Formats: sequence, structure tokens, C-alpha cells
Amino acid sequence: MRIQRFQVEKIKQEQKQVDLGPLEHLFEKYRGKSGNLIPLLQGTQHLYGFIPAPAFELISKETGIEIADIYGVATFYAQFRLNPVGKNIIKVCHGTACHVQNANSITDAMKDELEVKDGETTPDGLFTLESVACLGCCSLAPVMMIGENTFAKLTGKLASKVIREMKVNMDKEI
Amino acid sequence: METSMKPRIIVGLGSCGIAAGAAKTFDKLLMLSYSGKYDFVLSKTSCIGMCYKEPLVEVQDKSGSVIYGDMTEDKVIAVIEEHFSTDKFVEKMAVHASYSEASEDAYFNGQVKIALRNCGYIDPESIEEAETKDAYKAIRNILENDIKQLDVIQTMLDSGLRGRGGGGFPTGMKWKFAFQNENKQKYIICNADEGDPGAFMDRSLLEGDPHAVLEGMIIGGYAVGASTGIIYCRAEYPLAIKRLNIAIKQAQEKGYLGAKVMGNDHFSFDIYVKEGAGAFVCGEETALIASIEGERGMPRKRPPFPAVSGLWKKPTNINNVETWGNVPWIMNHGAAAYSAYGTEKSKGTKVFAITGKIKHGGLVEVPMGITINDIIYKLGGGIQNDKKFKAVQLGGPSGGCIPAELGHTIVDYDSVNATGAIMGSGGMVVMDETTCMIDLAKFFLHFTQDESCGKCTFCRIGTKRMLEILERITEGKGEPTDIEKLETLAFQIKNNSLCGLGQTAPNPVLTTLKYFRNEYEAHIFNKKCPAKVCKPLLTYTIDTEKCTGCTVCGKKCPSSAIEGGRKTVHSIHQNLCIQCGECFNVCKFDAVLVE
Repeated sequence: MRIQRFQVEKIKQEQKQVDLGPLEHLFEKYRGKSGNLIPLLQGTQHLYGFIPAPAFELISKETGIEIADIYGVATFYAQFRLNPVGKNIIKVCHGTACHVQNANSITDAMKDELEVKDGETTPDGLFTLESVACLGCCSLAPVMMIGENTFAKLTGKLASKVIREMKVNMDKEI
Repeated sequence: METSMKPRIIVGLGSCGIAAGAAKTFDKLLMLSYSGKYDFVLSKTSCIGMCYKEPLVEVQDKSGSVIYGDMTEDKVIAVIEEHFSTDKFVEKMAVHASYSEASEDAYFNGQVKIALRNCGYIDPESIEEAETKDAYKAIRNILENDIKQLDVIQTMLDSGLRGRGGGGFPTGMKWKFAFQNENKQKYIICNADEGDPGAFMDRSLLEGDPHAVLEGMIIGGYAVGASTGIIYCRAEYPLAIKRLNIAIKQAQEKGYLGAKVMGNDHFSFDIYVKEGAGAFVCGEETALIASIEGERGMPRKRPPFPAVSGLWKKPTNINNVETWGNVPWIMNHGAAAYSAYGTEKSKGTKVFAITGKIKHGGLVEVPMGITINDIIYKLGGGIQNDKKFKAVQLGGPSGGCIPAELGHTIVDYDSVNATGAIMGSGGMVVMDETTCMIDLAKFFLHFTQDESCGKCTFCRIGTKRMLEILERITEGKGEPTDIEKLETLAFQIKNNSLCGLGQTAPNPVLTTLKYFRNEYEAHIFNKKCPAKVCKPLLTYTIDTEKCTGCTVCGKKCPSSAIEGGRKTVHSIHQNLCIQCGECFNVCKFDAVLVE
């Protein structure tokens, strides 16, 4: 079951400064349409990368849907995030094909390399590690996706190398 | 050659192709075309199904067509230059050629492409190209000749097409129920929430030939009397969503969609795409409807079936992507042409995604009735590294494992069901002797447990208990009564869950128990994992004959369990060993033994 609890105090501190102005055009687009809650949440996440707590209150006010129901929907679907994510999201595929080709070793290597648990973000905010169900390129298993790039036929070592190279490149940019 | 005599180079830009680097290949070819060195037309298509040779590049010229495999950015230019300058095809890189034998012919020759008829052959973002391949011909024929709704439904019934999403319910029958309902507002839904890990045929069809799906839905809408179609597509398929939206816009501009379809005064139909938000259970039709309505995707009680009371409580007809893709072909070629393929109760063709430990992984469309062995050995080329074929997993988390001994099983709904597996959406994961069946069952149960919506107690808690037992077994803490407990729980979950997810969740455990019971027993009683996958059950030792005393393993060992200096034979302290396998991985002399 998908249960994701809010850490209320932490969220309030972090998200006080969110500018909810951009949500207005979303409300205009979906106002009065039935079944609009999920597209509204998707739109919000598209804007902020996650759904900030104050946005829930605003959506509730605009749509008349109880805030509890909105939370219910947002926590049900795997897509919605309630916390900010890192600059790069590492999606390690754990579909069947990747699993039999040892996807676990990729996740383990990433955990070691980034020193985070599955689903967490590194303290510097650069990487978020996620396990996902099938990415749909099963013949290239095991795979992971970072942003729009897919890395295929990986081993734990290769995956760690990808991350180290990314870090080096990011350092250069700075 | 349909158009000019200019050679055409076509790059396969489906999701798998792009993952394998096809976009970079395309850019290289674009540079080549700008350079003006050779005169050719560059275009793109989608997945042709041969994922194991991606990226794929097809060259069409006066001699015919040839497909080159493994065309990564570093290789493509050399091959194309050789092709053009010698005016001959480069045999060693060719996987298929229209005028000569090539290395991978077996992969193509065993297939019959109906649903995937245009995938990999047309530019999916061009409606004109689709029209040259008969897109919208069937609906045009129906509307111009005023073919009656019931006649369309009769054709579907006669074709014997059954739902390709896994259920296998006759499509014509579904349409008839929706047609018979007198409610004025009806809906058509295309279920594109392909969530089975290991299945990607719907994605390929949507990316490769979106117009086929749209036309199927328009025909369905006409037959049942609906005015709105909705495609519920999972958000993980951004390319499919993009191409669908392009296709819908093109179809609207050409009058295939919108008010008065193709000028017909009595039929208006429009389609829009609804993005899923990542919940496997939404592949279940009532959960999918709840999700479109903006709620948590939890299944509802049936009856009433969607054909009576579906989306917004109106009659709704839901079919899967592949089913819709078959519809225009059947209307164009007739029911008899379709039912000529297949077995008595399962007509036509089925698309399978072959993955796992197979040499030629990819997408194949084969007539029903072919044996599993034929798919694996003839089309799939056999097992990777020529290891031993152990089992094939059909139907994803709801399905089951069919062992190698039953490889002669023919692929149709009823024969597959008889083994305890299900046809499902057509994901076929091949496993060899290095796959532990308990680990696999644990994997699937972990998935269903995670995706259970939580509505039914048995599904929510029962799967959790089953998962705990499996975890215990793979950790070497299995108890003698565990097999019995698993069977009891499986029975209860199957009988007390509302929707397909719960009713089928125990299948992976039940089929592995049926065919690989000895592996469960080895884990529980002997504390051994025969496939050498479950790490806590492994023992690492050093082969004293082979060990050269190079000290590499000792340096790598994270728990300092390996003793032995330079040029002396090492040994492993079992009480310190944490079974991480690092010594096994680093030994260059195969001197680390694992049991």
C-alpha cells in the first residue's frame, strides 16, 4: 500500500516561500471540468517538481474538494511527490526483465555511491534515488534513467562510474 | 519504393531505440545529409520490434530495403558510406534484407503482423504516411457505404477477437452489450495503462502507429453509439502521449475526428488523452474509470459492468490498445481473414514482448497456437550464453511460470490458463538456470503488495504475510510449515479479493510451488539456493588447487574474512563471511567456489 506521511513541521518551514501565482492559469484551464483533480495535481507538480503543502489548500479552495480527499488522491498515485527532489532523479528500473538481470546490484551500487537510501535525496540536493517499475526497454536490461538519458546493460560498477562522471562534469560547470 | 528513386534512410526512434542511442545516430545521419556527400532522404519510424539489435537503420534504394543493426553513432557513418559507395549492402551488419538472406531472417519470418502492421514502417508523426498504409480506410468504408452498427459488431464477433489486455473476453460481445444500452451518452475508453513489468507492446504500438488505435476507437464509437473516446495512458510513456496528441490533432484536421466525422451527419466522435499517475491497479477497468473521474484508482464492485454503468455512470466500452489496433485490419480484410489465424477458441495473432535471458529480446507478433519453444528458440534464438532454459514467466505479476518441460504448450488463452499461468498482456520473461524461482515469486509479490490499493483486506494484508514468508525463506529462515501457509493464504486471497489484481496476485507463488516445489524445499530444509541467488544461503570457499595467493580477494573483502598472504593459499572464515560475493567477482582464477 502506498502510504506517505507528511512531516508537517518540516514542510511548513521549507515551503513557506512558495509562490502560488502560476497555479492560476491551471485553475482557469480546468475550472468547472469534472475529474479535474488529477490533472490539477499533475500540473502543479510540473510547475514545482513536487506538490507544495500550500498548493493543497489553494486547490481545495478553488475546487471545493475536501483537502483530505485531495491528500488521499495525491498519496495514492506513485507519480506525486510531496517533498522537493534533487536536481537529478536517478530511476533504477526494477521491472521483471531488469530484476532477472540483477537490477538489485544497480540499486545497491547507487546507495553506496550516493550514501542515501532508496527514495531519498542527497544532502547537497543533486541526486534523488528512486526504484521504478518497468521503464519499457526490457531488452536493454538492466537499465537506469537519469533525466532524459537512459543507461543500458549496466553493472553496479558501470552505474557508479556514470554517477562519478556526472559529478566531475558538474564540478567543471561550477 | 513508393515515392521517388532517391534512397531513403529510416532510423528507428522508439523508446528502446532512443535508449540504445538512436537519437545520436539520427543526428549523425542528419549531418551526413547536410554535407551533401550523398543524396538521400532521412526519415524516422518507430520500433520494429528487434530490440536486441537497436539502434536500427533501414536503407531503401533501387535494389530494395536492408535493415542494419547495432547502428550506434560510432558505426553508422562507415556502414552507410560503404553502402552508398560500393552500391552493395554491408552484409556483416545487415539483419534483414528484402533481396537477400541476412543473419536475422528467422526473427522476421516467424511473424504475422496485424496489430503491428505499420510499426517500424511508417513515420508515426505523419498522417499522410499512415494513410498510404490504409489508415482510416475502414471507417471511411463504413460511413460511405452506410454499414449498420450491428453489422460492424457482427464482424467483430465473427473474427473471434478476444481482449488483448489479458482478460480474453470476446470484443464483439463487449461492444454488443454497450450497443444494447439505450442511454444517449456512451463512452469509449482505450486502456493504455500498460503496467505489467516486462510488457511493452502497447507502448510500441502507440509510438509506432497511433492512427491504428485512433481508427479502432472511432469504429468502436460508431458501433456502440458513443461520442467521446478517452485514452488512459500511463505517464511513464511520454513519447507515446506526445505522438498520440499529434495524431489526434492530425485526425481532427482531416475530419476523421470531431463533429460530423467525415461529413456524416449522424456520427460525431472525439478523442482525448488522459494521463495516468502511476498506479498499477488502474489497469483494472473499474479502477481506471475511478481514476479518470479524478478519484483514487480503487476498483468498484461488478456488476454493474461498465457496459451498463461506467464512466460518470454512463455505458462505457473499454478495450486495450492492442485490441483497438486490430479492429481496422479486421474491418478491411474481413472476419474470416483474421480468424484464419489461431486456434479454435483463440483467433488471430498476439504480440509478445520477449525479454530476460534470451538472445533475441524484442517484440514479436505471432499467430495464436505457436508453441512456447518455437517462440524461444526459433524467433528468440535461444537462451543467452547457451545456458539451460528453465522457465518462462507469462502474464506479469498476475501470471505464472511455465517450466521448460511444458515448452510444447501452445500459446492460446485456454492452453496457457491450463498451466496455471495467464496470457496476460503478453510479457514473456525467459529465465535460465541462474534464476531462483523463489526470488522471482518474491519479486512479483513485492510488486503486487506495493500496488495493492488496500481496499480488500485479503489482498492488502494477505499479500504482506505471503511476502514475509517468502522473505524468510530466501534468508534461510524458512520453517517447515511455510509451504502450507503460503498455499492457504493464496487460496484465501484468490477467493476474497474484488478485482483481478488480488485474485491473481498469488499466481506467481502457486505456479512456482506447482512446478518448482523442490526449490522451495531446498531453501527451507537444506538451506540451499540451487540457483545460487539467495545470498544468505550461499557458502563461499577457496579452491586450494586454483588459488595463486594473489591477495586480491583479501583486499576486497569488506568483513576481513579472508586470510592468507602473498603466494600462499587463502581461506575464508565462515563465521566472518557476510556472503557479499565480492571475492567471487574479483577472482581472476575461478578459485572462489560458491555453493
